[in-house]
Amino acid sequence: MSVAQQPVLEVRNLSVSLPKGGDRAHAVEKVSFTVNPGEIVCLVGESGSGKSVIAFTVMGLLAKALKPTSGEILLQGENILAASEARLRELRCTRMSMIFQEPMTALNPVMTCGEQIDEVLKTHTKLDTAARKAKIIAILTRVKLPEPERVYASFPHQLSGGQRQRIMIAMALVLDPVLLIADEPTTALDVTTQAEILKLIAELQAGQGTGVLFITHDFGVVAEIAHRVAVLRWGELVEMGPMEQILSRPSQPYTKMLISSVPSIHPVHRGVRLEGVTVLRTDKLGKTYSGKSFFQKARTVKAAVDVDLDIRRGETLGIVGESGSGKSTVARCIARLIDPTEGKVYLGDTEIATMSARKLRPHRRRVQIVFQDPYRSMNPRITVGESIIEGPMNFGLQRDEAIARARKLMETVRLDPNALDRYPHQFSGGQRQRICIARALAMEPELLIADEAVSALDVSVQKQVLQLLDEIRVRLNLAVLFITHDLRVAAQICDYVAVMSKGRVVEYGSAEQVFGSPKDPYTQALFAAAPGRNWDFGKAGAA
Amino acid sequence: MLDFIARRLIAIIPVLAVVAVFVFLMLRLTPGDPAAVIAGDNATSDQIAMIREKLGLTLPIWQQFAIWMGDILQGNFGESYFFKKTVAELIAQRVEPTLALAICTMVLALSVALPLGVIAAYKQGSFLDRFVMGVSVLGFSVPSFVIGYCLIYVFAIELGWVPVQGYTRIGVDFGGFIEHMILPSITLGIIYVALVARITRASVLEVLNEDYIRTARAKGLSNRVVLMRHALRNAAVPILTVIGIGVALLIGGAVVTESVFGLPGLGRLTVEAVLSRDFPTIQTVILLFSVVYVVVNLLIDISYTLFDPRIRY
Repeated sequence: MSVAQQPVLEVRNLSVSLPKGGDRAHAVEKVSFTVNPGEIVCLVGESGSGKSVIAFTVMGLLAKALKPTSGEILLQGENILAASEARLRELRCTRMSMIFQEPMTALNPVMTCGEQIDEVLKTHTKLDTAARKAKIIAILTRVKLPEPERVYASFPHQLSGGQRQRIMIAMALVLDPVLLIADEPTTALDVTTQAEILKLIAELQAGQGTGVLFITHDFGVVAEIAHRVAVLRWGELVEMGPMEQILSRPSQPYTKMLISSVPSIHPVHRGVRLEGVTVLRTDKLGKTYSGKSFFQKARTVKAAVDVDLDIRRGETLGIVGESGSGKSTVARCIARLIDPTEGKVYLGDTEIATMSARKLRPHRRRVQIVFQDPYRSMNPRITVGESIIEGPMNFGLQRDEAIARARKLMETVRLDPNALDRYPHQFSGGQRQRICIARALAMEPELLIADEAVSALDVSVQKQVLQLLDEIRVRLNLAVLFITHDLRVAAQICDYVAVMSKGRVVEYGSAEQVFGSPKDPYTQALFAAAPGRNWDFGKAGAA
Repeated sequence: MLDFIARRLIAIIPVLAVVAVFVFLMLRLTPGDPAAVIAGDNATSDQIAMIREKLGLTLPIWQQFAIWMGDILQGNFGESYFFKKTVAELIAQRVEPTLALAICTMVLALSVALPLGVIAAYKQGSFLDRFVMGVSVLGFSVPSFVIGYCLIYVFAIELGWVPVQGYTRIGVDFGGFIEHMILPSITLGIIYVALVARITRASVLEVLNEDYIRTARAKGLSNRVVLMRHALRNAAVPILTVIGIGVALLIGGAVVTESVFGLPGLGRLTVEAVLSRDFPTIQTVILLFSVVYVVVNLLIDISYTLFDPRIRY
């Protein structure tokens, strides 16, 4: 077989064992697949499916506790599992490279970007300083970074997330490896940046004929970039095939379930807006941060400007925007977790934006928040029951009454009421988020704020939590403020949508109107960048 | 940056004012009469009273404080009751051995502690790691005078490699200077090594879990480069902080170490001054130590920016 036809990467019957005491014996079990030159293969799966373990095994960067127990990994025919540590070091960045999920943390913060790419050349080539510099500037230009000379001398924190990911790509591709492993490279990025990075990877890869192993949990991204798709579950390969086939005609029930869980980008028809009681209204709400300085002029950042919103009982208002758009700032001002600097917030008839902390206390109960990360928003040292009853007891409820309420709420969020005396680490991410919802509901709020409440969850779990939230909204006739960066999620859960950009609401209307015929150019750009917008997953999977 | 330095320098003033008040009060409130010490054993009570009058010790305490502060602000640190010299002269004579001891200790301690800490972190859980950490517990818990006397016994008395006590000025005989410095520096440095090695291990361990370390490995860099270039520099800030705080240990340790090894430095001067109730000397030495401590820590805060470009004051 000639080199051109030979697969770049061939994984044969790979098993990786987990340390004893894990929830299963193998992180990866008997997985086989190939990546051909010029091909993008997506490994798709939920958390714990073993997709990242495969990537790290190929790179030889597996944590010490994990051991490959059988199989072969052939990189252009050379078995990596049998290679020495020194040989692996030689191969890294020259024949196989990897880019990671978090461009914010994947670069060394105390070295300039140029130095970090230079390290690769110093380690693997004998080029002199001038030649190295020229090569780096060339690759920085190829990944379309503006002003390569300036970027060369910049520290990572001086660049945006998208630019940092371009640096990572430049570093990975500077020596033209035959295999690029991309581990969720766009997950931490905004949707418009994500679209640019995906395009860049596809372009560079096609130009050089690089084989790409692309790891993702996002079917939108798969639809955008993949040639072939491998679906993983609990370390086993569920099915593999060309992208079109997997997305439109999946053969396995698990794949069907996954794809049907992806929220559709087309909003659900909600019917006519009923006359309802306005629970919350903001009037020219604004938040300006300012830094004080002795000698220099004070710096000010306008995180939110002139935000007018209103939410009625039984309705969900979504705030959609990219990072830094001010959506979380608005949510936090409404809950008075931070103090707004301008404007008013009416909770019912009460104006709370300027209320003193003491007077505000009785109103705290009326607005409750569910945060993004269920792993960090619960106190790990107290039982979930204590977490749930803490709030109501603070507002004067007797302990036994509070516990009775907590048990009822556990049923509402479909968890076992007897689990109240367990600790947060004994629950999965989805379960924890349900507990956080129960904790918020225990206060019997009028307004529930969900700040990216489903963003950290796997798509199948996300679907369940979204259904739960919607059910609770209907049953309790609750007003919900839903903050998200995910247009698909917003389309499925919101009655009304406010699109925010740079601290301002640029478009505000019913979900059907905003999603159906966006008027603002920013909203249009946002929708155009949504990965896989041409695939209607919700329907395709169900069909 | 200038803004930050200015603010920090201004913040030093109240710190030193509080130190001054404490130093002044503490010494006045301790029993013992400097006049009696100055006058000697055969003095009459009239003579003592005269001396008290002359020193201003009969004035109300707040007046004494005001006079003392006024003098200090003019750069006049007073005259030692006991040594019969101005305090400024006295300190100028005694500063070299202490400075030399501090610098030697620092250099010795850091050159041992940093590699030990990094290696212990890299080989976490290994025999080496546990050995280093065990020894550092020992370094913390054994008092420095015990270590000092043990070292003197073995290396000066039994083996005769170095002199037992004393000091040679660096300008007079460099070889002699080094010989006299080795044991005191080790004695004083052990606790410092223990402290810095532990914090180095802890912060390098934390950094080793960072994503950019994984990136560095994915580039095909060798372990040494990953550890020294990527890990240690990122771990620098907490290490520097502890080095700064540890200066207090050095100052306290210098008092004991200089006494054990007969070094004529500020530490021994302090002991002598305390024993003879020599208020002006004690006050000045303590103030000097406070200034050194605050300034060293300011320098360390500024040096953060050299190690971490994200820190901008």
